[in-house]
Amino acid sequence: MNRIAVERKVLNENQILAEQLRERYRQNGVLCVNLISAPGSGKTALLERTLERMDNSTRVAVLTGDLQTENDAKRLAKFGFPVKQITTGGTCHLDAKMIERHLAGWSLEDLDLLIVENVGNLVCPSSYDLGEAAKIVLLSTTEGEDKPLKYPSIFFKSELMLLTKIDLLPYVPFNAGLARENARRVHPGMEIIDVSSITGEGLDRWMGWLQARQKKPVAADS
Amino acid sequence: MHELGIAASILESVEKEAERHPGGHISRVGVKIGELSGVDGDALQFGFEVLVKDTPWEPLTLEVELVPRVQRCSKCAYEFRMTDFDPRCPLCGDFASQCISGEELDIAYMEVDE
Repeated sequence: MNRIAVERKVLNENQILAEQLRERYRQNGVLCVNLISAPGSGKTALLERTLERMDNSTRVAVLTGDLQTENDAKRLAKFGFPVKQITTGGTCHLDAKMIERHLAGWSLEDLDLLIVENVGNLVCPSSYDLGEAAKIVLLSTTEGEDKPLKYPSIFFKSELMLLTKIDLLPYVPFNAGLARENARRVHPGMEIIDVSSITGEGLDRWMGWLQARQKKPVAADS
Repeated sequence: MHELGIAASILESVEKEAERHPGGHISRVGVKIGELSGVDGDALQFGFEVLVKDTPWEPLTLEVELVPRVQRCSKCAYEFRMTDFDPRCPLCGDFASQCISGEELDIAYMEVDE
């Protein structure tokens, strides 16, 4: 019997593809962000408000993942930016291969920002690098404040947390301070922005974050 | 719930390694699963067994090593196991520390019977 040291990532194939994508984004000056949350935290609503506010000088495209239906792509296509639906057919996350396949037909040179809306799930998407510069996690005020403690992996790996649906704070027993504290226990120093896609509160800060992030170099690891 | 896919990726790696050892049989593969990897060791073990059962890969054992989250204090460089998400350095009390392990999702080794 012979023991061989392997030292390879389990998701080696995905990792190789993700690194290739990251390099392509870098060469073309594209910022790619990966939006992750539980189902119903408001990813698509936030994207609608984001695209609505995007001025014509930013060339943005969206890949949106779901198990079934083209509903999200239809909702997002109204704003005139290129949008493609990735229907996973049951798979609970997006992987780098799906991204690569759906980028076909788009020229990265013509983009500044690529927003990937992952499948609603706080667990599995955290394991799959899509070549993004930053993962962004959404937590809504209709969820539990302890979600960061229950699903630490994604909160640890995300550069930014968006606390969504803050317009509902007067009506729900959600302690925003505790939620932020829990998020920062898992990921000390994580940036957090409070937003409401209904009232528009916090959206300027979010748009500002996106704009500033486009000027930063791509993270080496995510 | 993505452990079956992870198990399939491990099996792909075994397949690649097996190509390099014609006539041999890979009997054991060791993986490191970090506390922060988002992968459940038991579910992975179960998924792997299901994939391997009644195939020429048998006998093939998956050994899962769980890797705890270790932080290094940014102030005094003390390394400590982070429990209950308390980021404070137990030595100097500073809050700033960096994660140095716990994110692993790695294949560590394989054993080949030549």
